[in-house]
Amino acid sequence: MSVQPDTDTPFHKAGTHKQTSVYVYEAPVRIWHWVNALAILVLCITGYFIGQPLPSFSGAEATYQFFFGYLRFAHFAAGMVLTVAFFGRAYWALVGNHHAKQLFSFPFWKRHFWAEVWFELRWYMFLEREPKKYEGHNPLAQMAMFFFITVATLFMIVTGFALYAEGLGKSHWMYSIAGWVIELAGNSLDVHMLHRMGMWAILVFVIIHIYVAVREDIMSRQSIVSTMISGHRTFKDDRPD
Amino acid sequence: MTQPDTTTERIETFYEVMRAQGITRRSFMKYCSLTAAALGLGPAFVPEIANAMETKPRTPVIWLHGLECTCCSESFIRSGHPLAKDVILSMISLDYDDLLMAAAGHQAEAALEETIKKYKGNYILAVEGNPPLNEDGMFCISGGKPFLDKLKKVAKDAKAIIAWGACASYGCVQAAAPNPTQATPIHKVITDKPIIKVPGCPPIAEVMTGVITYMVTFDKMPALDRQGRPLMFYSQRIHDKCYRRPHFDAGQFVESWDDEGARKGYCLYKVGCKGPTTYNACSTVRWNEGVSFPIQSGHGCIGCSEDGFWDQGSFYDRVTDVTQFGVEANADRVGLAAVGAVGAGVAGHAALSALKRAQQKAQGHANAVKDDEKAAKAKKEEA
Repeated sequence: MSVQPDTDTPFHKAGTHKQTSVYVYEAPVRIWHWVNALAILVLCITGYFIGQPLPSFSGAEATYQFFFGYLRFAHFAAGMVLTVAFFGRAYWALVGNHHAKQLFSFPFWKRHFWAEVWFELRWYMFLEREPKKYEGHNPLAQMAMFFFITVATLFMIVTGFALYAEGLGKSHWMYSIAGWVIELAGNSLDVHMLHRMGMWAILVFVIIHIYVAVREDIMSRQSIVSTMISGHRTFKDDRPD
Repeated sequence: MTQPDTTTERIETFYEVMRAQGITRRSFMKYCSLTAAALGLGPAFVPEIANAMETKPRTPVIWLHGLECTCCSESFIRSGHPLAKDVILSMISLDYDDLLMAAAGHQAEAALEETIKKYKGNYILAVEGNPPLNEDGMFCISGGKPFLDKLKKVAKDAKAIIAWGACASYGCVQAAAPNPTQATPIHKVITDKPIIKVPGCPPIAEVMTGVITYMVTFDKMPALDRQGRPLMFYSQRIHDKCYRRPHFDAGQFVESWDDEGARKGYCLYKVGCKGPTTYNACSTVRWNEGVSFPIQSGHGCIGCSEDGFWDQGSFYDRVTDVTQFGVEANADRVGLAAVGAVGAGVAGHAALSALKRAQQKAQGHANAVKDDEKAAKAKKEEA
């Protein structure tokens, strides 16, 4: 197999190209994706500056200035949106199509899954000439999604709400739900630190996620970026796998 | 709480001791109102406190000193509570305290034995400092024996235990990494008694006397949080009641110790103030009869009443060191390094991908050209 079927080279006009399309991501999943992305963007920016504040500006007396307060408000509001969206997404995993369940499952015990992960790794290490076709996530992507989105988001929600509940006070119902995290860590400062490490972990994921999505859009045999907008997965060739 | 054996002699009440010391009824009632206010109770509780003080026998207390620096005692004897310190000391019957008692040596140890026997099951054990467990507890010897033995012995017949300060509550500096003596907080050594933690290095004097007053007045432990600290003094963070809080919300911070912000009394968050993560009453009760507290004096809170505060990195950083990494690093430095490495990796990978793709295209092109040539040749031959 010396010739790659390549749609954008003029040498293969003659190929039999039948564009097949599958409806993969339902509307709630797509809406969740972009709401979540926006919330993460706001949370990372505001969160970074809550830990490392900008140089102070002393234009007015503190009474007339509420900059840091608004910054924290944006962080908390985005956190609430992220949380509601996350639970909405979890609900959709129950009622949506089988692609909607992928985010919440990690088939650790399936031999086939690991074989596919290995294949996908080889593809990224330039050891495979051609990737496989997947309607949903490829196994490597599914694994990354599970740990960096599902687990990491849950971790950020739990630690975030614990820290937020501290501000509401120990007698508040939210503290009775989330306060155990502070007690478990022993010191609120440790929870702050873990919450910040979580942000960096998610940022690492964001970089890889965007890069891989664009790369696969160009180099794989299927649509990637547009799928999260239209919901349809289209394939560039109709050869099997 | 304080029902001594009928066989033992009657202990005088708190009120009797006060009157004997020449304190008037009027001053006593004032003391009761102020105590009620300090404990966050309404005026209706004043007669209740007065009644308890008048009728209940004083609570026998044994005060032990383990591995510690005595700053708790130093704080305690400076309680600026409305009445003088001798009143505070008469409220309880401090039967044994090797620091404050007149007796010494064998005499003191005999007093301890006698108190344990006399008030078996009725005394409160107040512990300042903690026992080191390493080398069979040989790093802290009291009365010729490891402090660990003494603590266990006295705790056995105690009604309740008060863990004074960060040492007894969490371990403090002697338990900081690497903790060579294996200094261990009280609740990890004594597991079968109710323990109330009053952390701080030292705790605020009024908090210490407030806790005792509550226990004497109401015959029970005050409401505790999940870590065992009295909620009435440790339910809020210093940050929640800090008078510099408006500067925090405004985004006005001290950037360095001698800048304009420092002179104007801006928020100390950026120079490492641990007020936002520290539960204590410093910003309300303050120190030295309400004169000041660290933040008011221009220095950030160091979080001395929190678990493991010595191992939380620098007192002057907000995003603190991650000690687990061995070298000095903080969450941001680790995060930035990871993001940088991944970013570089992604850039490299992208470049390689582009190269590979170009190569494949060129190969495809070459093959196609070959194909074309072949076709042309075939055509020619045909012709």
